[in-house]
Amino acid sequence: MIDSKIYGQFTTSWCPGCGNHDVLLALKEALARQGLEPHQFAMVSGIGQAAKIVHYLKCNGFNGLHGRALPPAQALKLANPELKVVVESGDGCSYGEGGNHFLAAIRRNLDITLIVHDNQIYGLTKGQSSPTTMTGHVTKNNPLGMLDQPFNPVAVAVAMRASFVARAFSGLKEHAATTIAAAMEHKGFSLVDMHSPCISFNKVNTFGWYKARCKEASHDPADWAEAMKVATVFGEEIPIGVIYREEKPSKETLLPQCGQGALYRKAVDMGKVAEHMAAYA
Amino acid sequence: MREELHLIMGGEAGQGLDTVAGLLGKAVVRSGRHLLAVQHVMSRVRGGHNNVRIRVASKPVQGPPDTFHLLAAMSLESVELHRARLADGAVILVDAGWELPAEPGLVAIPFAELASRPVFRNVALMGVIGAMIGIEAEALGELVADNFRAKGEQIVSSNLDVLAAAMGWARENAPAMPMPEAAGPSGMLTMDGNQAVVLGALAAGVRFCSFYPMSPATSIAEGLAQAAVDMGVVVEQAEDEIAAANMALGAAYGGARSIVPTSGGGFALMTEAVSLAGVMEMPVVFVVAQRPGPATGLATRTEQADLDLVLHAGHGEFHRAILAPASVADCFHLTHKAFDLAEKAQTPVFVLSDQYLASAARSVEPFDLASLPPVAGPDLSDDDPGTYHRYDWSAPVSPRRIPGHGKSLVLVDCHEHDEAGHIIEDGGIRVLMQDKRLAKIDVLRDEVIPPAYTGEEEPDLLLVGWGSSGDALREVTELLQGRGVKAACLCFTQVWPLIPETFLQRLHAAGSVVAVEGNSTAQFAGLLRKVTGFHIANSVLRYDGRALTAGYVLERLAPILEAL
Repeated sequence: MIDSKIYGQFTTSWCPGCGNHDVLLALKEALARQGLEPHQFAMVSGIGQAAKIVHYLKCNGFNGLHGRALPPAQALKLANPELKVVVESGDGCSYGEGGNHFLAAIRRNLDITLIVHDNQIYGLTKGQSSPTTMTGHVTKNNPLGMLDQPFNPVAVAVAMRASFVARAFSGLKEHAATTIAAAMEHKGFSLVDMHSPCISFNKVNTFGWYKARCKEASHDPADWAEAMKVATVFGEEIPIGVIYREEKPSKETLLPQCGQGALYRKAVDMGKVAEHMAAYA
Repeated sequence: MREELHLIMGGEAGQGLDTVAGLLGKAVVRSGRHLLAVQHVMSRVRGGHNNVRIRVASKPVQGPPDTFHLLAAMSLESVELHRARLADGAVILVDAGWELPAEPGLVAIPFAELASRPVFRNVALMGVIGAMIGIEAEALGELVADNFRAKGEQIVSSNLDVLAAAMGWARENAPAMPMPEAAGPSGMLTMDGNQAVVLGALAAGVRFCSFYPMSPATSIAEGLAQAAVDMGVVVEQAEDEIAAANMALGAAYGGARSIVPTSGGGFALMTEAVSLAGVMEMPVVFVVAQRPGPATGLATRTEQADLDLVLHAGHGEFHRAILAPASVADCFHLTHKAFDLAEKAQTPVFVLSDQYLASAARSVEPFDLASLPPVAGPDLSDDDPGTYHRYDWSAPVSPRRIPGHGKSLVLVDCHEHDEAGHIIEDGGIRVLMQDKRLAKIDVLRDEVIPPAYTGEEEPDLLLVGWGSSGDALREVTELLQGRGVKAACLCFTQVWPLIPETFLQRLHAAGSVVAVEGNSTAQFAGLLRKVTGFHIANSVLRYDGRALTAGYVLERLAPILEAL
């Protein structure tokens, strides 16, 4: 445990009252509880209001393209398996633009943590529907109400047997911090779908709306069939906490190349290059 | 004895032509002859018509051959498809089972007798050709045994029996067509362009390769994957090209020298990440092995039509270098150089090859690994970590530290940013940061490879080309000089940045200048005009999916030569 003040204070561009402030506090708390100093981890993000979090704490940071946070984060983990890697971005970035990367990251199962600030709306572009916007929700681009059905990231992740799947709510700060810490301490790909209300552009899924619905799940997260049932519940009740957990080796532990620390530390062995060349003789 | 021997082997996909050509080619090179083996493959796994064109010579081989002394037909279709490409007195090998009418040069091989099962026919053909061109039985047997060893001793011994029977039959029944004299250095390698890219990357210390399969680049990733555990490289097949390119940036951020092999259509998907590498100042090497477009185009053929794409890929303004290897040796050395250049300038560097260069096997002398220059690396110090700024603008290239190496925090950003890497909107900082990045052009200019000039000083005819067409241009130049034409050629192996002082006087000194390119719009000539103002009015272009050959160029130069 270290003092979370070590991560510094930065002026943000988030609205006062935005759930992202609470996610940031929960993240710092989770990092501090794990005793991680700023140089011992890296934050990777994409584009959106949530993705700016990389700029709001002292850390190694890679603020990449919209939808593309997971690919560089996974490559970073492969390039340096000793580094803790946390990905944070919004629901549009993670599930919309980056949907294919989300599926592939679950399959790859590298030891990284994805925290999605899920506000069920596009905030930075001011109020268009996102992949998790509920059916019927009237947005600027859906004056008739959203016609598409929402994406349930938790259900998809459990269906794919992601190594660690959790749902949290930024308004329950202690629970959020505990969940993030558990996700980071889990060995393997971990998802925290973090509901974090957008006070400016989502007047449906508000702080009070989530507060009234979010309740700690009580099933055994090691039981996949039970986890699937809980994962599909979203509406009048929203189960939070660890939904599914499965211990399995993460990909970087299966690659012999990754067993000797960061790849850049390994010098070129010209003798071996010569051997590979000689195979063409 | 011929100065050169040209063979063409045709058949359906799935008949094992690759194996025959690969093993025969290796045997030819091991016997001290120079080789070029060019694949012409259809985009299918079975059937269709594929062929391999092999050129064997005493001296180093230049471009692909145009006419052939020996046609080996594995399918009936091959006979008529390639008849027009045969030299006078050529020999045609066919299956006796086809019962073709006799004609001069036609040799019917009793495959049904020599190969007990169809699967052995390719080895039987190899034996017949090997005996005809004078390859030692032991040499071919060793290659066959090595090739089939993984399948078990039974398979090895069956293949060796077929090989011996076929060679015996050919010595009695087929004409001898001896290879030209063995005059090459001993110990030559048989290697294609992609294999040389792999070796160049390994020698440069590549540590990460991300890719999405696409012909003709895939074999680079596969080659690295085969060497990965031994050499400490991670090779990751991405879910799409967008992920592949962004992964390479993430690995580079983590200090790993990173490479992304792809082709035009896949590269088109990567262009946003190219721009990201520009603003993040991230060293990444892209290998773009061109094939004909637009879109899926001719998936297994060759073209040089993605110069404009690679030159302009990525929105916004930032510098890059584009290297265009002309040979297998260039593929090795320029890939090695690309890693150094990418780190020195902290910007994306491209190796622009094409299907012909990527997949044609050549005899090459082993690369001199001991004399390779060092490859630049990141800043592995950790002085004053509290004041470290990734984008320190006191110099165009800022010290690039690696996250987790020390206590320095490394922040990289896709937005315009300040020295620390934080998002900014301030116009003044933006201008300073853009100017800092653009000043890196001097780093790139210092390293530019000047074009190679071959032929007469102040020629009547100057051929200008780039990348893989270099060999054909040099061959045409020599042939024209032999006919008394004052000819020369200027071959570019780096197509960006261009430094006119290194070549413009050559263009002015020539009587007539002709651009020779494997595309339909003379893209490089257009680029030269943009940079120098020099207009190359004449061009010989090829865009039928086939590589430029001396014969193709000479035929189209005829009207220009008449006007000289």
